[in-house]
Amino acid sequence: MTTALPAQLAEIRDDFLALGVRDRLQLLLEFSQELPELPERYRDHPDLFERVEECQSPVYIFSETDASGAVHLHATAPVEAPTTRGFASILAQGLDGLSVEDVLAVPGDYPQSLGLTEAVSPLRIRGMTAMLARIKAQLKRAAAA
Amino acid sequence: MTVAPDPAEKFRAYAHPERLVSADWLVEHLGDPGLVVVESDEDVLLYETGHIPGAVKIDWHTDLNDPVVRDYVDGEQFAALLGSKGISRDTTIVVYGDKNNWWAAYALWVFTLFGHEDVRLLDGGRDLWVAEGRELTTEVPAPASVDYPVVERDDATVRAFKEDVLAHLGNPLIDVRSPEEYSGERTHMPAYPDESALRGGHIPSAASVPWARAAAPDATFRTRDELDAIYKGEAGLADGDDVIAYCRIGERSSHTWFVLTHLLGFENVRNYDGSWTEWGSAVRVPIATGTAPGVVPGR
Repeated sequence: MTTALPAQLAEIRDDFLALGVRDRLQLLLEFSQELPELPERYRDHPDLFERVEECQSPVYIFSETDASGAVHLHATAPVEAPTTRGFASILAQGLDGLSVEDVLAVPGDYPQSLGLTEAVSPLRIRGMTAMLARIKAQLKRAAAA
Repeated sequence: MTVAPDPAEKFRAYAHPERLVSADWLVEHLGDPGLVVVESDEDVLLYETGHIPGAVKIDWHTDLNDPVVRDYVDGEQFAALLGSKGISRDTTIVVYGDKNNWWAAYALWVFTLFGHEDVRLLDGGRDLWVAEGRELTTEVPAPASVDYPVVERDDATVRAFKEDVLAHLGNPLIDVRSPEEYSGERTHMPAYPDESALRGGHIPSAASVPWARAAAPDATFRTRDELDAIYKGEAGLADGDDVIAYCRIGERSSHTWFVLTHLLGFENVRNYDGSWTEWGSAVRVPIATGTAPGVVPGR
């Protein structure tokens, strides 16, 4: 079974692939700057967030489903860790508003398809792969609860 | 030496004061002919968020490691890299970076493999520079390419391989990882990804001195007296010792290599870059667990 990649994820991928290696880093930096602050209501709720252990820098994620069944990802990472912030921001924008089913269907190797492996090294890309896996696991747990 | 050293009082107590510069010194010398400032960080994008004016970026992973073999770049790749950053063989290089100069020290050690003579660290690194509110820019310099000679990497003087470590057993070893990695409770740094070692523990007889103990809270190096107390007092090193330092992949131990070699004056210090990710997965090498150094098995 092949499901088409959700449009917003495909668009992000195409944006990266349209650029040369050096400009891809710049685009990743822009994503890192766009990572939104946590909504007020979650700021004092560290319990909701899960640490992505596979990332070198402290990054915490929390995915939730709203009343209409749309997924929203919240993430927080320090400004001294722009690469990690960039990864979280790509996923926050790319997954926002999708159904749980669509998120679960996103290929686990999506991070490898962005053409960033050469620019940031495979080792670092692993952090983003882990982030995606943890988001899926969170949604599965929530659906089962 | 192209650019005169920093005469700062603090540095005079170190064995090789010319290996460090202070932020004040650097501000005064930015733009000096013959000086190139290099930023080297753990995070590959940190430089892009703002760096010291005029500094070029060298990444430990994408620039200094061979993309295929677990090894460093070769003489030709190194020459092309440095030449493209406007660095000649006689350039004075000042390296700085995040996390107590962790990766900056690693870059400096790799430069040493190629015998680049005048390479120094900015005391306090990126953290102190930022904390003091000093100038940062996102403007990326475009240095004119210069010729850097192709120099064969020297893998004997400051680098140790697994076989060298086996032959060295009985002489001082410094394990610079966290106490949990040393004891064998875990095989990777707390809060860091598991880079895979099949066994936990340390090389028998190695003294445990976590690398960051060499740094003060403001990210500068501890004073000579403090460093002597840690490495000669606690870890028991004596002048003239032949020492090998190791960690997990050889980056944290580059920092300790710098401290032992340039700040304390040990002349025979090698960094075992295979470190625990190799030793902890190698077949039939001796391993000790727990908090005690353990003994070298008889041969």
